[in-house]
Amino acid sequence: MRTKTNWAVMILIALGTLLILFPLYMTLTIALKNPEEMTRSVFAIPTTFHWENFSNAVEMTNFFRAFRNSALVTISTVVLTLLTNSLVAYAIARNMHRKFFKGLYFYFISAMFIPFPIIMLPIVKLASALHMTNLVGLTILHTVYALAFNVFVYVGYIRSIPMALEEAATVDGATTWGTFWRVIFPLMAPINATVGILICLSTYNDFLLPLIIISDQSSYTLPLVQYIFQGQFNTDYNLAFASYLMAMLPMIIIYLFAQKWIINGVTQGAVK
Amino acid sequence: MSKRLTAYYWMTVPAVVLFFVFMTLPALQGIYYSFTNWNGFGKHYDFIGFRNYANLFTDSNVGNAYLFTFKFAIVVTILINVLSLLIALGLNARIKARNFFRGIYFLPNILSVLIVGYIFNYLFSNVFTIWGQNLGIHAFSTNILGNENLAWIGVVIVAVWQGIAFNTILYLAGLQTIPASLYEASNLDGASRWQEFWRITFPLISPFFTINMVLAMKNSLMVFDQIVALTNGGPGRATQSISHLIYIGGFQGGEFAYQSANSVIYFIVIAIISILQLKFLQGRESDM
Repeated sequence: MRTKTNWAVMILIALGTLLILFPLYMTLTIALKNPEEMTRSVFAIPTTFHWENFSNAVEMTNFFRAFRNSALVTISTVVLTLLTNSLVAYAIARNMHRKFFKGLYFYFISAMFIPFPIIMLPIVKLASALHMTNLVGLTILHTVYALAFNVFVYVGYIRSIPMALEEAATVDGATTWGTFWRVIFPLMAPINATVGILICLSTYNDFLLPLIIISDQSSYTLPLVQYIFQGQFNTDYNLAFASYLMAMLPMIIIYLFAQKWIINGVTQGAVK
Repeated sequence: MSKRLTAYYWMTVPAVVLFFVFMTLPALQGIYYSFTNWNGFGKHYDFIGFRNYANLFTDSNVGNAYLFTFKFAIVVTILINVLSLLIALGLNARIKARNFFRGIYFLPNILSVLIVGYIFNYLFSNVFTIWGQNLGIHAFSTNILGNENLAWIGVVIVAVWQGIAFNTILYLAGLQTIPASLYEASNLDGASRWQEFWRITFPLISPFFTINMVLAMKNSLMVFDQIVALTNGGPGRATQSISHLIYIGGFQGGEFAYQSANSVIYFIVIAIISILQLKFLQGRESDM
């Protein structure tokens, strides 16, 4: 009974994937065509590949600079988030019986209910007053805004780690800091993977925060570049789609290799 | 105080400071400005009490944005949950290449919402119209994003296309927690597929149903990127969401204080809805 394949369902599932893949097929083919081929047929596979769309898009949008900015912000946000958020969560998780830490826990996680627009207008004033309208500022803000959700996830996880290990380390004379970095942090690898993946996806794809924070063109991230260049892409769809595809490609490539990790990570983050 | 405890306190200090400065302080500032008439750049402003709030309730643009956002969020939440549950059931059935299909259905989740919006923007104006013309459906033979009455459906389609990915994976994770022995027992009892779903499957995945409903609702109430990429709030103000109105009015319209008041109301609305949803859905969970 276990081995019999349900073909009717499988065909439906396969047909459903066409709805997912169709826009991506269109993106890929349009990025490789020229306007003349577009008028012949929008749907057909291109007869000749117009790679120059990509080189034109690279040149026009300064792709490599935007890519470097996006990569820089994403990587530093992930690293900073993993190091700082887990540390706070550790202090909270091990002291939940104390009023101060319990209060702190609720103070942080209550921010999950605060919609971004309520702080959007003042944060721009604040960021420019503190000279944070750049990639460093963007990284710090991303890290702070991830705190609410991450504290929630981390505290739940750390509380499931038995105290015995830390007690043993204390007997051996380790400090609280040493215990955290050498005993607890390595044990948090699975949850760090989850948090890291979620932060990586949300930071790389974020549009609203860079839109309001970044003013200098040399600091534009990839999504922001697509927005800024809309006017200049105009009706040159081939150029525009080449640019869109290049902006999405790094994440797609990572996804191809780390698909299982990413799906598990995202699931764990939501179920916790 | 022991050395251990001191260390714990120090561990929280940087986060508390940063969190206060960049989260709590701006939120308080937003509330403060909502009682003024500041335009966002001038040097002077006055306190005007609750006048911004009073004006919000008679402003047709605000009413319009709330109406659109709620209509959008309710339709998107229902569609996403129904479709992703169906897909998850399909993926959980006895099919081959399950991981391959799962990988494809999840793909939209890793893509930039803004860029997906731009891609669909093109599809709506240049591709779906061809199908509309060929099929002779008048409403779809022109770009629906340019139609005041239909544009919101375009935004719904894009939000659903992308939103399904995440919810499907969660439902699938939920379905995989159900032991096969339960189904075997119900088969022996002669239960129909329909009964099996409502009596076994659905009650057992209800915690996942709760998370998915709350997340889908919250995400769609905050819709912004899709609006920018697809319609920019238009035609007219037909698809202007609350976030978009706050952004446009606050930064470009000189309505900094006024839109601050709007965002305070928006916060209260979202908080109430999230809490009600959690209460209601979790109450239902424990009944089962």
